[in-house]
This record gives sequence, structure tokens and C-alpha cells, in this order.
Amino acid sequence: MDKFVRSWLAELKSYAAIFALVAVLACVPIVAQLLDNPFLIRLLTRAVLLGMAAVGLNFILGFGGLLSLMHASLFGIGAYVVAILAWHDFNMEPVLGFSGTSNVLIALPVALLCVGLAAMTTGVIALRTMGAYFIMITLAFNQMLYYFSISLQTYGGGDGLQILSTLTFNHFVITSRAQFYWLCVAVLGTVLIVMHKIIKSRFGMILQACAQNERRVKALGFAPLPYKLVAFVISGLIAGLAGALWAVGQGFVSPADLSWMRSADLVVIAVLGGTGRVYGPVLGAIVFVVLESVLSGLTPYWQLPLGLIVIGIVVFLKGGLADLFVGRRHA
Amino acid sequence: MTPVLWVEQTLNGVQLGVMLFLMSAGLTLVFGIMNLINLAHGSLYMAGAFFAATFTLWTGNFFLALLLALAASALLGVVMEYSVLRRFYGRSHLDQVLVTFGLILVVNDVTRLIWGVVPVPFGIPTFLSGSVFVMPGLPYPIFRLAVLAVGLLVALGLFLIVAHTRVGMWIRAGASDRVMAGALGVDVPLIFSIVFAAGAALAGLAGLMAGPITAVQVGMGEPVLILALVVIVVGGIGSIRGAFIAALLIGVADTFGRVLLPPALGSMVIFILMAAILAWRPRGLFSAHG
Amino acid sequence: MLDVKNIHAGYDQAEVLFGVSLHIHEGEVVTLLGRNGMGKSTLVGAIMGIVPMRAGEIVFDGTRLDGQPSHAIARCGLGLVPEGRRIFPNLSVRENLLMAERLPRAVAGQCEHWTLERVVDFFPRLGERLNNNGTQLSGGEQQMLAIGRALMTNPRLLILDEATEGLAPVICDVIWSRLATLKRAGLSILIIDKDLDALTGLADRHYIIEKGEMVWEGDTATLLSDPDRCERFLGV
Ligand SMILES: Nc1ncnc2c1ncn2[C@@H]1O[C@H](COP(=O)(O)OP(=O)(O)OP(=O)(O)O)[C@@H](O)[C@H]1O
Ligand SMILES: [Mg+2]
Repeated sequence: MDKFVRSWLAELKSYAAIFALVAVLACVPIVAQLLDNPFLIRLLTRAVLLGMAAVGLNFILGFGGLLSLMHASLFGIGAYVVAILAWHDFNMEPVLGFSGTSNVLIALPVALLCVGLAAMTTGVIALRTMGAYFIMITLAFNQMLYYFSISLQTYGGGDGLQILSTLTFNHFVITSRAQFYWLCVAVLGTVLIVMHKIIKSRFGMILQACAQNERRVKALGFAPLPYKLVAFVISGLIAGLAGALWAVGQGFVSPADLSWMRSADLVVIAVLGGTGRVYGPVLGAIVFVVLESVLSGLTPYWQLPLGLIVIGIVVFLKGGLADLFVGRRHA
Repeated sequence: MTPVLWVEQTLNGVQLGVMLFLMSAGLTLVFGIMNLINLAHGSLYMAGAFFAATFTLWTGNFFLALLLALAASALLGVVMEYSVLRRFYGRSHLDQVLVTFGLILVVNDVTRLIWGVVPVPFGIPTFLSGSVFVMPGLPYPIFRLAVLAVGLLVALGLFLIVAHTRVGMWIRAGASDRVMAGALGVDVPLIFSIVFAAGAALAGLAGLMAGPITAVQVGMGEPVLILALVVIVVGGIGSIRGAFIAALLIGVADTFGRVLLPPALGSMVIFILMAAILAWRPRGLFSAHG
Repeated sequence: MLDVKNIHAGYDQAEVLFGVSLHIHEGEVVTLLGRNGMGKSTLVGAIMGIVPMRAGEIVFDGTRLDGQPSHAIARCGLGLVPEGRRIFPNLSVRENLLMAERLPRAVAGQCEHWTLERVVDFFPRLGERLNNNGTQLSGGEQQMLAIGRALMTNPRLLILDEATEGLAPVICDVIWSRLATLKRAGLSILIIDKDLDALTGLADRHYIIEKGEMVWEGDTATLLSDPDRCERFLGV
């Protein structure tokens, strides 16, 4: 009994950082209220969703050793599906025989299905290659989906698509920014816990072993490809989930959300926060978003200092910000 | 599709292909020899266009400006290699992607600081403007023909150097097995610096030739960079021959895809082509690594 | 001529060589023996400047080699035939040879130096395949090409890592007889191989390496006089 309690406590402790992070994030609307600064909520909503996408990316980057530059496009697919379904609902035109919907609870699974299919097909091709080829193929797929989104003339083409209908959660309608923010934080918390569980599972162990020494994994009788593919799809689904929520929150999607620069931003966010921990990218996203907002407030040439910071991080900070907070992790 | 349109699109496609080859040549060798992913190669393309536009304005002499722009692009490449990239040869691809992404941000903003945000005008001399009839009923811009000719000539020259000289053998040997080439007495770092500078000049050349056709503006390099990456992946990393064939393939496929197919599909054609080729040969058509 | 003094070397995680010394005199053929994974290739890599060294000194004809880049080391007159041959797959046989061509350091033309023609005379099989791609050759031909390529650098010391590994017996005989010819011509050679009989027929002295340390050195007669030693260190 004692043993059981202790192992349960240890398990709980391993989630401590995640709980703490979610708790702090959940307090933000209250702080914003006290400071009378609603902009803070918008900023943090952005951070939470970009962070969620980066958590997804980091599942294969930090734990699978795969550098994908197409996660912005998967994020974008999630966003576009929600927006397109809402467009069909608003214009009362059926899509492929079905009517559109403004119910997020229906749109979300559809979005995830589309993202999953996209991740699966691209993953099968990309994962057959290795190292640099993988990076460049994912970059190319990102560009492909980017151009595809521009070519969607019905849905705004290069200008993007505004969601004109009122999005609902069945009968519930989100009325305040804080409510939506809390929803995002709750989803993020769930994602982090699920990720943590997966990484500690047998599947997660094999994935990490693949990243370290694929040949040994093969020698042990596992075929790495199915593991990597499943991981890639999971990772894409999380990015797609973040994208779908992004569309809900912004009420607007645009091809810019799919640009390859955004994919690179997600990599920067993951590395900034530290790829070794599940929640690292969330820290990275907060810093990134704050940095972006502060720098762009100071100068129109804010990408210059941002670029220098990115270069500086690569040169100096190997384990990301998480190292500064928690101390270096020993593998 | 009429024969006239057919010929015109073929010319456009080959011209795009030649341009892509100039971009990919340096990139694929740098990649093959040092295993370095250089996303900032597109910045050199952009720099070539900006340099040429400005030098034309300063000197009033188009050809002098071209030479100066090539030299300046090569110099920028050398500075980039020497100050930053050199430290990243042995590092992970992740670090390389991040650092060269950082470089893109820096170069883009520095360009904005110097040249402003509006596209820079880049005039071409009168004897290159206007059109000629390449066949009855098909006028074709002289400048585009010139681009095509220069591109093919440079490609031919490059091919001769790489395929038939001692330096070319060293470059190919280095691209396939850097350590072994070094152990046989090839000064790989020196060869690499030369290749990097030449690759930068070629990217600059592609950029300055594209300048008058598209527009000289910040961010013009990145779409071309991604096409060039597609080219080198399809052609096989480290292979000049592969890059040339893949560049023409991609150039022609892209041009015809946009004309013949609905827009949604046309813009995706080359990526689908890439996916198909890689599904068949995961290391590209002519990988230097056997 | 080659003086390896007490070197420590290894890879990122693991140190492999712990204070290894080895000497080769002008015109001598020396072997490096030891079971799999004992550090033979690592020692060759350290000499050639491919594997990083932590301590020790390597001198070749009075020149310090350690710390120099590998191309500079090669240019001092060391010709490498690497483990696995490492033929350049994207170069033809002719190009594989020509890319390595270098005139000897000593006054050129003083003694007969290696050229494409001479290498082809030396290994006629290569002559028939000059225009083939490196990878289209059989294993034996690839090894001949690797040796020919090293000779094209006009080395003063030839280093062969696994001279006949995985080759058909007929080909092995050719290679051993060619190496004997090189020895008669006065070339210094460092060989790694598993074929003890062939090695003892060719070499003057031997080193045995065990877990990164030199455990024995001596001449052929002494080596053969103690079968126990061969059993213990080489498993033969
Ligand atoms: N690139 C490398 N990175 C890390 N360790 C290595 C590397 N190459 C070899 N080793 C290790 O160094 C040790 C010595 O290897 P080395 O190749 O020098 O042995 P060897 O005597 O040449 O063996 P063989 O007869 O199999 O060629 C081995 O334990 C091996 O696992
Ligand atoms: Mg060995």
C-alpha cells in the first residue's frame, strides 16, 4: 500500500511542472483584469496556441529526432477546415454533400481527420528518407500546402478567409476572450499530460531509441517506420488542433498562417524553450510572443534583433530556456 | 494547346529551369561537401538582384554593374561562410537550420534598412528590352532569351569544370566522401571555400537575372530557395548533373502545370513530382553518396 | 621514419587508444595485429588526422603530424588504403586515380614515380575498367583501385587497413604479390590484415594491439616462435 502511494506520488511529481505551468497560465486573465490590460489575454492566447503547435512539433523533434518544417501547414489545415466549414454554413452551400457547420465540436474532429490524413500521406513519403532529405521534403510539402491555400479562390485565395458565422460549442457560445483563453489553456494542459504519458510509455521509449540509434532498434526486432509514422501523425494532430483553435479565436485564417517561416518559427519556439521537456515549447512560445510584441513595438526592423537572438541561442544556449529554469537535464 | 503556346511555355520552363540550376549548383555542392543546410542561400539570390539594381544606378553601365554585383554576392557569401557558417559544419542539422534561418531574418531586415520596403527599380538597357519573333506569331522578350542563353552557357561552363578538370574531380570527391578526399591530400576546406564563393556568385547571378522579370524586393529569395531545395533533393544531394536535370524537369513541369492544370493543382505539381520521385528513389536521381 | 609516441585518441564519447607507440623505419614493412575492435583502424585514423588525438606525438621524417589537417598529413607522404576501400562512387576509375595524383616531394623525376600508366601496368585489371564508375567494380578490383589511388599520391609510407578483407583467394594472392613488389622497390608499408600466414611472409616486424594498448612488438621469427601468443591475442 505504502509502495503504491509512493509511486503514485512520484508519478504526480513528474507532472508537477506541467500543473504549475497550467496554473500560472490560468491566472493570466485575472492579472490582466487587475492591470486593466486586456491585450495581455490576446498575447497569451497567441502564446498558448503557438506553444501547443510547438509542443506537437517537439514530440517528433525533441523525442523522435526528426526536424519537420511543415508543421505550420498542418496547423493551417486545422485552421482552414474550421473556417471553411463555417463558410459553408454561413453561405448555406453544402460541401461534398454535407452541410457546413459552425459548431466547433463537429468542425474540430473533421479538422483533425483532415490533418491526420495529410500528416499520414506526407509522412509516409518523408519518413522513408533520412536526415537532411527529411528536413527539405517537409519544407517542400509546407510550401505545397501554402500554395494550395493561396489557390483556394472560393475561400479568399491569398487574402485569407474571414469567419462570418457565430461559432458555437453545441449550444454554448463563447462570449469573452478570457473564456476562450481558459479553454485553450485547458486543452493545452490536456495535451501536455497526454504527451507526457505517451513519452513515458513503451511507444515513447521506442521512439526515443529510434532517435538515438536507429540501427540498434532495428537489431532488437522493431521496424522504426511505423513508430515514426504514428509519432508524426500525433505530432501533426496537435499542431492541427492548435490551428483549429486559432481559427476559432481569430475568426480569420490566411495563407500566412501556413508560410514556411511560421514553421521555422515553431522550431525556434521549441528550441528556445528546450526540446528535452514536454512543456519546454510553451515557455518558448511565451518568450517568443512577448519578444515579438516588444521588439515590433520598438522598431519596424524587429526581425533583425530577433534573427540575432536566434543565432545567439544556437551558439550559446544548447538546452533552451528550460535549462535556465530547471537546470541542465542529464541524459 | 497551340504550337505557339507550346513553344512559348517550353522556353519559359527551360528558362526557369536554368535559373533554378544556378541557384541549386552551389547549394547542392555545399550540402554534399560539408553536409551543411544553408537556408540563407536565398538571401544571396536577393542580394544579387539588389546589388545589380544599385550598381546599375551608380555606374550607368549595365555590364560593369553585373560584374560588380557578382563580385559583391561572392563576397557576401564568403563573409557569411567565414563569420558564421564555418562554425556549424560539425553541428546538427537543427542548429544549421536555426542559424541560417536567423541569418535570413537578419539579411532581410538589413536589406530593408538599406533599400527601404518598396521594390527597387531595376532597368535593363534598351538593346535587351523589347521582343523578337522566335517563330511566326510568337514574340518573345529579348531579355528572357538573354537570360536563357547566359544560364545555359554558365551551366555548360560549370558542367565542364566539374566534369572535366582536376578541381572538378576534387569537388566531386569531396562531395561524396569529404574525409577520404582529405586523407588523399585534397585541401577540402579550401575547395569548400571556393565552392561556397562560386555558389554565392551563381545565386547572385540568378537573382540579378530574375530581378527585371519579377521584382527586386525583400523576401524574393525564399520561394526560389525552396524550389532549389526541391531541385537538389530530386537530383540527389551533391550531384551537379542531378541538379541540372532536376532543375530543367522542375522548371518545365512547373510552367506547364500552371498552364494546363487548374490553379489548385498547377501550383502543387512540382511537389507532387518530387514526392513521386522520392517515393521511387529516396536519395534522389543521382546521389553523390552512392 | 614514422614515430608514433604514446598517443591517446578516440571518438566523442569513448577514448579508444591509451598511450600507443609504434615505429616504422625506412623501407620496412610493419603489421598491426589485433582482434576486432581493438583500435587498429582508430590508430590509422589518428595517424592520418581523421580521428582526434588527446595526447601524444606523431612525427614523420622530422615533421610533426599531430594537429595538422589530414590533407597536410597526406601531402607529407602518407598514402591511405582505408578500411572498406571508400572508392568515390561518383567518379570513374580513371578519375578516382587522377584525383589523388601528386608528384613526390623529392626532386620530381629523380626516381620513377607513380602515374596513371604505371598504376595500370601494376594492376592490369584496372586498365580494362578505366571508364567504369567506381562502384561498378568487383570487391577485388575496388581494392586494387584503392591501392592504386594511394600509390598515385606517391607516398613514402603506404598504409593499408584490411588489405584483403572479404576478397576471393585468387585476388588475395595478386594483392600479396603486388605488395611484395612494392616492398622490393623499397616502399615502407604499414599493413592491417587477418591473414597471418601472408603477413609473416611479407613483413619485417609486428605490433599487437589489445584494447587500445600495444601489448607486444617484435620480428617475424619471434612472433612465429610463440603460437600461444597468437592464440591469446589474435585468436588464431
Ligand atoms: N566512429 C566511431 N565512433 C565511436 N566509436 C567508434 C567509432 N569507430 C570505432 N569505434 C569504437 O572504437 C573501438 C576500436 O575500433 P576500431 O575500428 O579502431 O577497431 P579495429 O581494431 O580496427 O577493428 P576491426 O578489426 O573490426 O576493423 C571499437 O570499440 C569501436 O566500437
Ligand atoms: Mg578496423
